[in-house]
This record gives sequence, structure tokens and C-alpha cells, in this order.
Amino acid sequence: MELLMAVSIGVLTACGIYLMLRARTFPVVMGLMMLGYAVNLFLFSMGRLATEAPAVIGRAETHADPLPQALVLTAIVIGFAMTAYVVILIIRGRKTLEHDYVDDRVNERDHGVAEQGLSKRAVAMPETPASAEADGEPRP
Amino acid sequence: MSSHLLILPVLLPLLAGAVLLLFSGARLAWKRPINLAACVALLVVAVLLLLRATEGGAQVYVLGDWVAPFGIVLVLDRLSALMLVITAVLAIPVTLAMSAGTDRTGQNFHGLLQFQLMGLNGAFLTGDLFNLFVFFEILLIASYALLVFGGGRARVAASMHYVILNLFGSALFIIAVGLLYGVTGTLNMADMAVRIAALPAEDVALVRAAGLLLLVVFALKAALLPLGMWLPAAYASAAAPIAALFAIMSKVGLYAIFRVHGLLFGDMAGPLAGLGQSLVWWLALATMLLGILGVLGARDLRTLLAWQVIVSVGTLLAGWSLGTPEAWTAALFYMVHSTWMTAALFLIAGVVVARRGEARDSFMVDARIASPVVGLAFLAGAVALAGIPPLSGFVGKALLLQAAGFSGDMTIFWVLMLCSGLAGLLAFSRAGTSLFWRGPVAEVAAEQPPMPLMPALLLLVLSVLLVAGGGPILDYLAATADAMLQPADMIRAVLGDRYLPGGA
Repeated sequence: MELLMAVSIGVLTACGIYLMLRARTFPVVMGLMMLGYAVNLFLFSMGRLATEAPAVIGRAETHADPLPQALVLTAIVIGFAMTAYVVILIIRGRKTLEHDYVDDRVNERDHGVAEQGLSKRAVAMPETPASAEADGEPRP
Repeated sequence: MSSHLLILPVLLPLLAGAVLLLFSGARLAWKRPINLAACVALLVVAVLLLLRATEGGAQVYVLGDWVAPFGIVLVLDRLSALMLVITAVLAIPVTLAMSAGTDRTGQNFHGLLQFQLMGLNGAFLTGDLFNLFVFFEILLIASYALLVFGGGRARVAASMHYVILNLFGSALFIIAVGLLYGVTGTLNMADMAVRIAALPAEDVALVRAAGLLLLVVFALKAALLPLGMWLPAAYASAAAPIAALFAIMSKVGLYAIFRVHGLLFGDMAGPLAGLGQSLVWWLALATMLLGILGVLGARDLRTLLAWQVIVSVGTLLAGWSLGTPEAWTAALFYMVHSTWMTAALFLIAGVVVARRGEARDSFMVDARIASPVVGLAFLAGAVALAGIPPLSGFVGKALLLQAAGFSGDMTIFWVLMLCSGLAGLLAFSRAGTSLFWRGPVAEVAAEQPPMPLMPALLLLVLSVLLVAGGGPILDYLAATADAMLQPADMIRAVLGDRYLPGGA
């Protein structure tokens, strides 16, 4: 059970971090949620893993630590609220920014201003196409 | 009543915020006085608590009468009382500035401010690590909404970074808290300090990892170098009075570092004593350097101030990592000063934005503000923040340099401190000349909500008071630093005698 738990937490964290590093908002939010699940599982396992051990004294031979369970519940509620907020924020961001990139400037650079700048300069300075090319080239 | 005074800084904003949200359809004319009254009441409570902390040392409020370490306790000591007063003092000018009309540009400012205060006060008072996380989330969710208050492209874009980074920070916070609970079996910070002091050797690595994770979380909130790049865009795009309120937000991270790392990884902690201090020292110096460059490169007043926040964070954390009582006293003084003065200048920036029409607060030679009062207020704020005598910034910096001492190791700190003053001087001179001296007189755009100067003046007066009342204030801060470095008194207040190592 320990191995299964550890592997699940690890896989969830890895997926979460991978998704969070994506450039668009939706994968980032999915990544945050996955990381949230991983964190909750981790917090839960901090009370040590045991079977047939209720969190109430006297119901069985052994009893589980109830505190991590309470902490996980709190963390779930908070995570739920935060996810709701961030989803609303990205919907509003999509409307206000008119794109769904996490970084506003990425969009300008790759799809808007840079290309316009290139064409304007190419028109304005036809005798030096090489320098215009170099100036207007989008940075990697 | 007096025994329940300790929980009022949390309850009062909660109730006021709930009332303000319940009647969220009510007229602003009703909400403004309620909000202001709640802020004034909070200040009264905070000052009373400060007096109590001065007289009685650390005091504990046991929530629901569940004894520590099993229940959650609120702990009032000199540090938390100081933070409460800083926050409560800040809330009043912010409310006044917003009430002049900027609160019309969005919804529910007054309720959000109260919830923000509740989160801040709770974070300052709690003695429980998980509870600290919960209050962090409360203050964060209020700040998410406040940051984007009024809307607009820049605010939404900056807000997205701020929210996502902080959500990631919260995940790390839970991991660290979980690790610490898994190893020590407690969440009460005083109890945890005692258990870390008696930690078996095989658990040291785990606790070290958890402590460093906590440091990452707090450094993210405080905007230490590799984690602070969200701050300039966020502070520069928020409505000016809200940016003024956020002057306390980066100090929350600092407070948490002082509190959690001072208590858990203090001298008692054996192999873990001073965890992260040398790392933070270099990062803090790098943060100062970056902040100096940012201050010099800023093209509008609010961005300039946001970079000043970064400089002050670097300065403060450098002071923290020195780890001596003198350095901590100086750092606390500097924290009080920089919070209030940054807020004052953000409020002045609000006045500038409101009076310069299209040019807003950018350093274009397009429009100047003819009012000498605004100019003089800006001058006073700039003098204070750049650290020129006679205002509080100079005292703070002088104290920090004095505490650092002039040895070979400290050369770089001296250089950076002096450079930060010089950079501030240069940048503020440039800002002042373009905002107040050059170009035609600005015409006030009719659609801009008015912004009074009076709230900023209130805060500037405090700079004078910080210098004039320097003696008693420094005595208080020195006692605060001593209490933080010798936490036995606080641990005894929380847990009683029997838990202390050696039964002292």
C-alpha cells in the first residue's frame, strides 16, 4: 500500500508540474488541481497508513490519527474555493486579454506586435532588409 | 471582555466584512462609514493589545478551551502586536483614499478589505502552523479579488500570475506542514520548537527539507529574488490605494520567516539552528541588486515603487539573516518604516494618476502637477524612502548598517545599502522633475475618480513620529527581537513549564 500511495503521489505531482509549465491557462489549472490532489494524498498519508483502524478510540484494536483527516478536509475545501476562483479568473482573462496564454506578453511577441513590426519596417526601409529581419525577428 | 480582546482582531473584521457583504447592494454612503468605523475600532484594539504585550509578555488565547498542543491557540507577543498595529494603521488611509470615489470602479471593496484584514490579523496572531496556512489562504483570496479590483488588461494579466504562483505556493506550504506534522506529531509552533530541539538524528533531514520548503513559500510571498518577479507587475497595475494596502502583503512573508524560522530553527534547534540563513543572505543581497536596477529602469511611478518594495524586501531579509538582536531590532524598525512609507507613496501615486489625465504616472514630459502640496508630499515620501535624513528611512538604514558592523564580510552589504539609497535618490529626482516641474500644467480628466492627498499625509506624519519617538520605539523593538531570539518565554506561555527542555 505504501508503494502504491507513493507512486500515485509522485505521478500526480509530475503530471501536475508538467501541466503547470504549459503556456495556456486551461492546462495550468488542470495542473494545479492535480498537484492539489497529490498534496492532499500526501497530507493524508502523514497520519501513517493503516487498514481497519477507524479514527475513533474504542471501535477497534488500533485507531488512526484523526488530525490529518481533518487537515485534508480543510485543504480540500480551500483548494475547491481557490480552483473556483482561478477558473473564473481565466474565463475573465480570456475575455479581457482576448487569448488564453498565461503570459500576456508571449502572445504579443509571437502573434501580434512582432509580426506587425516586421512588416512595417520592411516597408519603411526596403534598402536594408537584412537589418529589418534581424530587428523584427521574434525572440525564442 | 478583556480576556477575549485577543480574538477581536480576527472577529471584528469578520463581522464587519460579513455585514458589508450582506448589504452589498447598499449605497456606498452607508458602507464607507461602516468600513472606516471597523478600521478605527481595529486600531484601538491593536493599540490595546500592544500595551498588553508590552506589560505582560506573551499571552495565549485558547480557542474553544482545547488546551495546547491539542487545540489551536492564538498567541499575542510583542511581534504579533506590532504587526497588528502596522496593519491597522495602514487600513485607515487606504479606506479613506478608496472612499473618495475609486471604490465605485469595482464591487465590494469595503467587504474585501475587511476580509483581507481578518486574514492578516489571523496570520499574525495564530500559534498553529496549519492555522497559519488557513489564514494565509484567507488573506490571499481577498488579495486576489482586490488586485483585480476595477478590471483592465494589466490587472487581469498580473493577477493571473499572482494567483497561479500563490496557489503553487499553497501546495508547497501544505507539503511542508504535512512533513513537519508527520515527523514531530504536532502543529502547535511552540510545541514543534520543543520537539525539533529534541529531534532524533534520523529525522533531521526530513525536518530540514520541510523547513526549507516553508522558506520557499514565505520567500514567494515576500518576493525574494528568484521568486519575486510577480511583484512589480502586480503592484504597479493594482489601483493605487490597493497597492498601498499590499505594502503589508509582502511583509506577511517576512513576518512568517521571522516567526516560524525564528521559533522552530532558533538556537534551540541544535543541528538545524539558523536553517537557511546563509542562503537567504546571498539571495537577499541579489534581491537588493535587482531591485536597484529595477528602480533605475522604472518608467512610471508605481513601477518605481514596486521595485522599491523589492529593495526593501532584500534589505529586510539581509537583516534577518544576520541573526543578531541588533540586526533584528533594526530590521523591525525598517519594516515598520518601509511598510508605511511605501504605502504613503503609493497613495501619492494615486493622486498623481488622478490629476495627470492621459499621462497617468508615467515619466513622460507631458503634463505636470501644479499643486505644491502634492509636490512637497512627494518630496517628503521620497526622502523617507530613499533613506535621506531627517526622516525614518535614514534611521532604519543607519541602524541596519550599525548592526551589520564594518567588517570585511559586510562590504557588499554596505555597498548595496548605499547604492540603494543613491538609486532611490536618482530615480525619485527623475520622477519628481517629470511629474511636477516639466511640461504644461495637467488638466484633470473628468472620468477619473478623485483621490485626496490627506491619507498619504497621515502616513507621512508617521515617518516624523517614528524618528521623534525613536527611543521608546527602539526599546520596544529591541525587547521584541530579544523575545524572538529567546523564545522560552513564549513557549512557556503556550505550553506551561513542563514542556521546556531541562524543565526550566
